[in-house]
Amino acid sequence: MTDLTELGIAALRDGVRAGSFSAREVADAFIVKVSKAKALNAFIVETPEHAIAAAREADSARAAGRALKPLAGVPIGMKDLFATKGVQTTAASHILEGFTPVYESTVSQKLWDAGAGMLGKLNMDQFAMGSSNETSAFGNVISPWRRKGSNSALTPGGSSGGSSAAIAARLCPGATGTDTGGSIRQPAAFTGISGIKPTYGRCSRWGIVAFASSLDQAGAMAHDVRDCAILLEAMAGFDAKDATSLKLEVPNWEASLNASLAGKKIGVPAEYLVDGIPYEIAAMWQTAIDWVKDAGAEVVEVSLPHTKYALPAYYIIAPAEASSNLARYDGVRYGIRELPEGANLQEMYAATRAAGFGDEVKRRILIGTYVLSAGFYDAYYTQAQKVRTLIARDFELAFQKCDLLLTPTAPSAAFALGEKSADPIAMYLNDVFTVPSSLAGLPAMSVPAGLDPAGLPLGLQVIGRPLDEQGVLDAALAIEQRAGFTSRPDAWW
Amino acid sequence: MSVDTNTVKKVANLARIAISDADAEKLAPELNNILGWIEQLGEVDTSSVEPMTAVIPNTLRLRDDVVTEGGARDAVLANAPQGEHGFFTVPKVVE
Repeated sequence: MTDLTELGIAALRDGVRAGSFSAREVADAFIVKVSKAKALNAFIVETPEHAIAAAREADSARAAGRALKPLAGVPIGMKDLFATKGVQTTAASHILEGFTPVYESTVSQKLWDAGAGMLGKLNMDQFAMGSSNETSAFGNVISPWRRKGSNSALTPGGSSGGSSAAIAARLCPGATGTDTGGSIRQPAAFTGISGIKPTYGRCSRWGIVAFASSLDQAGAMAHDVRDCAILLEAMAGFDAKDATSLKLEVPNWEASLNASLAGKKIGVPAEYLVDGIPYEIAAMWQTAIDWVKDAGAEVVEVSLPHTKYALPAYYIIAPAEASSNLARYDGVRYGIRELPEGANLQEMYAATRAAGFGDEVKRRILIGTYVLSAGFYDAYYTQAQKVRTLIARDFELAFQKCDLLLTPTAPSAAFALGEKSADPIAMYLNDVFTVPSSLAGLPAMSVPAGLDPAGLPLGLQVIGRPLDEQGVLDAALAIEQRAGFTSRPDAWW
Repeated sequence: MSVDTNTVKKVANLARIAISDADAEKLAPELNNILGWIEQLGEVDTSSVEPMTAVIPNTLRLRDDVVTEGGARDAVLANAPQGEHGFFTVPKVVE
């Protein structure tokens, strides 16, 4: 019998529908795989009972001749940023250790309503602040990938690094991610999987632990483009409980997939050819240009002149919003409390937050507090929001000349754990290609394109106009078909 | 502009994060490094640009002014580190 854990979302869904295997067999196969992969540290909490309950429901629906739900028989991983009723939700921070929500996030509820089961809560960078999964209070996630001839531990990317590692190691066929400045796309690129961040407002933020609310957006991570389309369809949709949720029908992205790019114009932004970009990434980008031409697209050069200001603007806006959002962790309502002997209320707040937050979270709260403080607000925050307007305008002007943009996802392949953790700015620069589209709220996707000379995956990014997830998925599919990426990490764990 | 240890302590106090003198010494150069890097935004001419308020155009919705949910005291208190008699409890704040 085939190893069911090798199958993706579409194959599992179709196989359960056709009766080729039962949902319970699928759930059991993944549960065993998860339990044997502790070395990757991808899961904070395992929830086999949840996956089994969903599988039972799928199998009994099929036995009774009832119509199966869209994700019946598909167990997934849930990033630990989504509140899950009765299951610990920590955002990988000590300050929320033991927090067991009494409610379910909208996105996770939609997935359960669609028949999916949950294998567990996935590790991540603490409060989604990080690009390497080294800021989790529950330890680093280790990438299943290794450089040729080396045993050194590599990053699975971040912040959705538990999601990317688990999918690449086939511990789950798909997972939720969230993307504030690249947290779905960069980990997808580092681990040879696909990941899509939809237009800001497509997925409800309700019940997602907030980092930077004007940027946070949930999205789908899976083996391939089709599976991402299926998962995203189940996650997206209007929610009255999120004031920024878009009141729009969710398109049938999977059914409309079309790998022909005839009549499409694809822009290549000159500013993304940054200094010091490794040869293999520039070469892969050039190859991808040939692929989209082969798929029928016309390739045009475009300019996004404010690209170099996207990262500094992001590192004002995101910490500013985080400093405000994270004010809620006060040791009173949920999470841990640190109460030194004789401490008053203010001292309790300060001691709780000192003990509960990790170093990177503290660093960003302090930066955010500083840039929002009296006297500095206009120089930093208002200026950053003006620059954000210019960045969004760059994209608008580019999209007058083209339908989609094609860029690398990240400026390097996965780096070793510890390699960049001493220098915050070097770490921040990892998101140079993903942050601009986040600031503009645009749909964007990473798709695996090939391996670098060390045998590590590289990803390509497709960026679309607002609400054009279909265009993004279609171009990613055209690339996927031509890249023929089938490489997999050796199972050392 | 440069951040000294006193500024770090002041900002940490505003953010309600307890830090030691040693933490402040360590954080000052780190924060200066990051702030020095983001100050390059100052070179962008934004004199005729409005700050962004909404990234995707959207209108705020109004709903009827009616009670939608409530009466969930025990659920609200379920994760409190300390709760008594149906309330959150904190150290004494009134002498």
